[in-house]
Amino acid sequence: MAKPIVRLAGIHKSFAGVRALQDVSVTLEEGTVHCLVGENGCGKSTLIKIIAGVYPRDSGTVEIGGTLYERLHPIDSIREGIQVIYQDFSLFPNLTVSENIALNEQLAAGRKFVNWAHVRRVAQEAISQLEVHLPLDARVDEMSVANKQLIAIAKALRQNARLIIMDEPTSALTEREIRTLFTVIGKLQRRGIAFLFVSHKLNEVLEISQSILVMRNGQVVSAGPAGEYDTARLIYEMTGQRIAENAYEFTPDPGQPALLRVRRLAVPGVLQEVSFALQAHEIVGVTGLLGSGRTELALALFGMLPMTAGEIEIDGKPAQIRSVQDAIAHGIGYVPEDRLTEGLFLEQSIGRNVVVRTIERLRGRLGLTDPLQVQQQIRDWVASLRIKTANPDLPVKTLSGGNQQRVVVAKWLASRPHLMILNGPTVGVDIGSKNELHELIKRLAREGMGLLVISDDIPELLQTCNRILLMRNGTIVEEILPRQTNENALAAKLIED
Amino acid sequence: MGQSTKRPVWSLAGDSQPLRLLAITLLIFVGFSLVLGDKFFSIRNLQSMAVQFPEFGILAFAIMITMLTGGIDLSIVGTANLSAIAAALLLTRLSGEGGAGLALELSIPLAMVAALAVASACGLLNGLLVARAGITPILATLGTSSLYTGLSYVITGGPAITTTQLAFIGNGAVAGVPIPVIVFVVLAVVFAVLLNRTSFGFNVYMLGTNLRAALFSGIDDVKVLMRAYWLAGVIAGIAGIIFLARVNSAKPEYGSSFILLTVLIAILGGIRYTGGFGTVAGLLLSVLTIQFLSTGLNMLMLELSGSSAAIFFRQFAWGGLLLAVMVVNDYVERRRQRAT
Repeated sequence: MAKPIVRLAGIHKSFAGVRALQDVSVTLEEGTVHCLVGENGCGKSTLIKIIAGVYPRDSGTVEIGGTLYERLHPIDSIREGIQVIYQDFSLFPNLTVSENIALNEQLAAGRKFVNWAHVRRVAQEAISQLEVHLPLDARVDEMSVANKQLIAIAKALRQNARLIIMDEPTSALTEREIRTLFTVIGKLQRRGIAFLFVSHKLNEVLEISQSILVMRNGQVVSAGPAGEYDTARLIYEMTGQRIAENAYEFTPDPGQPALLRVRRLAVPGVLQEVSFALQAHEIVGVTGLLGSGRTELALALFGMLPMTAGEIEIDGKPAQIRSVQDAIAHGIGYVPEDRLTEGLFLEQSIGRNVVVRTIERLRGRLGLTDPLQVQQQIRDWVASLRIKTANPDLPVKTLSGGNQQRVVVAKWLASRPHLMILNGPTVGVDIGSKNELHELIKRLAREGMGLLVISDDIPELLQTCNRILLMRNGTIVEEILPRQTNENALAAKLIED
Repeated sequence: MGQSTKRPVWSLAGDSQPLRLLAITLLIFVGFSLVLGDKFFSIRNLQSMAVQFPEFGILAFAIMITMLTGGIDLSIVGTANLSAIAAALLLTRLSGEGGAGLALELSIPLAMVAALAVASACGLLNGLLVARAGITPILATLGTSSLYTGLSYVITGGPAITTTQLAFIGNGAVAGVPIPVIVFVVLAVVFAVLLNRTSFGFNVYMLGTNLRAALFSGIDDVKVLMRAYWLAGVIAGIAGIIFLARVNSAKPEYGSSFILLTVLIAILGGIRYTGGFGTVAGLLLSVLTIQFLSTGLNMLMLELSGSSAAIFFRQFAWGGLLLAVMVVNDYVERRRQRAT
């Protein structure tokens, strides 16, 4: 049996009377990859913060590296070799790779002058432990997300990490980058380093981990070796119910002109010769690696990225899309890739986020905005999309990921678009909400909307789309029908060169 | 934790700043009234304060609208003076001694239109620089501020242009209320309607909160920013006319301390300098607070030192207060972040 690094027993934790953790007992052993799964709000992040010493517990015992801690401070946790890599990686974007990895300890040692040769050597050592190649002198903001993550791991290793906790480590990575990450993790694991993964991607959870912890409503409801679980059981444990998704069936209507027809669209350097059509009632998936042009295609159709060649037809009529305003005038809505910076006004209220597209129309006497109509519209959308909130006047940032995404969708639905482009519609959304968003997408298509779903979540594409377009190097290389493929075949195609 | 359902009442209210500010305003008023007695709390003093605050109070709206978009307009005093000079020039040339002899009934509206036209042009240039050229507002308007003030010097050659033809506005009153106060109140009402009941106002708040999300939501950023800076220019023009009416002269360097003062008013009034948040109510209370402080401190210093050197203390006080308010706001905000 491997030696335990962290042993928690009977942990309770409440915030202002709301119970976040209830009688949680967890043991994390060295050289093991543990996965922590659960829906948003189930207590995962609270548990991590207790291990990291950020939150004090209300009761229970915390034992780390064989020492019982009465009060665990963040510094104790770091000294015991516990490193948390958050989604933002906490790196300095304007410093180089080697500076990010090695400068910390130079500062900690209280040196007034930096020994650059030493910094480079230390950084090189840390990177070679990962057996990857990273340019030591490149600035971190020039690196891809995947490389930033590797830098963060290298930095953690320099601080003698024994347990590395990673929050949603694969959510911004492409398939190939995930492979690299998993290889690195495998190597470190063999050297005795333990990992705790928090992830929503259940396939990956099952693939990488040896031990699984499922949380629901602040309790660990299920724990055991990964071999005892499959996706269906994980979903069942997480939600307490069985969820089955059915593929979307679409029967083309030959009499109708295409809702959207794109011919030989080009944007220099990112897109060339992109041609496809989309009917009303259709859900068309667009997939490809990062850099394949999938997001750029969405931006071009939404008027954010001006096209230099090609034609767009909407409802059989030629359309010029040169600005976002043009796209909106043609009935196109876009749910962007990055919900937090592009989709939402985080500090503003849920209600304001919902009506931002339609405020101009909600006018009463004297052409002034009518507060009653505004309130009514907000209430209608919160109810019809089942956005879970006590009060729509609260800032939208108080909502969970799934509910936030519903607000972005509501914002567009309120303006009644004919065509919706959704880029990564369920990234960072928990499994129950994900399912509901998929049902919503299908409902909209049934009601007559055309939808373009950009995603690299293969099960999502197979379950929601009636057609999938595969992009590579800025163009569409293949059209795939979900019923003629499966998850493994599609995944293989995605990373093929 | 974000998902806790119970939260303190004050965070539900979303914006508690106006209430807090109301308490501070009343406290300062009552405090000075107690300490200084009827020197401060008298009809005469109230009247004298009422003719002082509209000048910078009106300018504060120009700072407010640009600050809500996430920017700032440092050229408002330059714009106000240039507009005042345009009006004064027209008045003296058309109806002054040795002028063209035009009737005042005609020359006064003409002068006002000229002032507002100049102010519009100043505002539009700021808008172009910020919205089209994409220059950081603080630098763009620092540049135009110098440009407009410089232009004023070129036009006047330095000395003030004197005209008393607008004094009836500066000293006049309707039903006992000074005309500048009426202008200020009307502007406040217009602003409250503009910000709360029009899509332009709504878009200003959204754009100031997150420019990228605004673009992705189809808000035309260039249009909104152009309008905001144009509006700031026009308000500065109105302030310019009030300057001219109050002091009976227009000169390039009048009211240079108003820039810092109006920024202080905006920040104290709860307008977030990163954009997106702030109310007219907060601004009104802040204008009153600053006027009470200004008069009260002056009287207090005079009482204590017996000299008029008190005036020099004011600048120090404004700077200190601005920094203190920002530190306190930052602290309150951080505590709130931690609590939620």
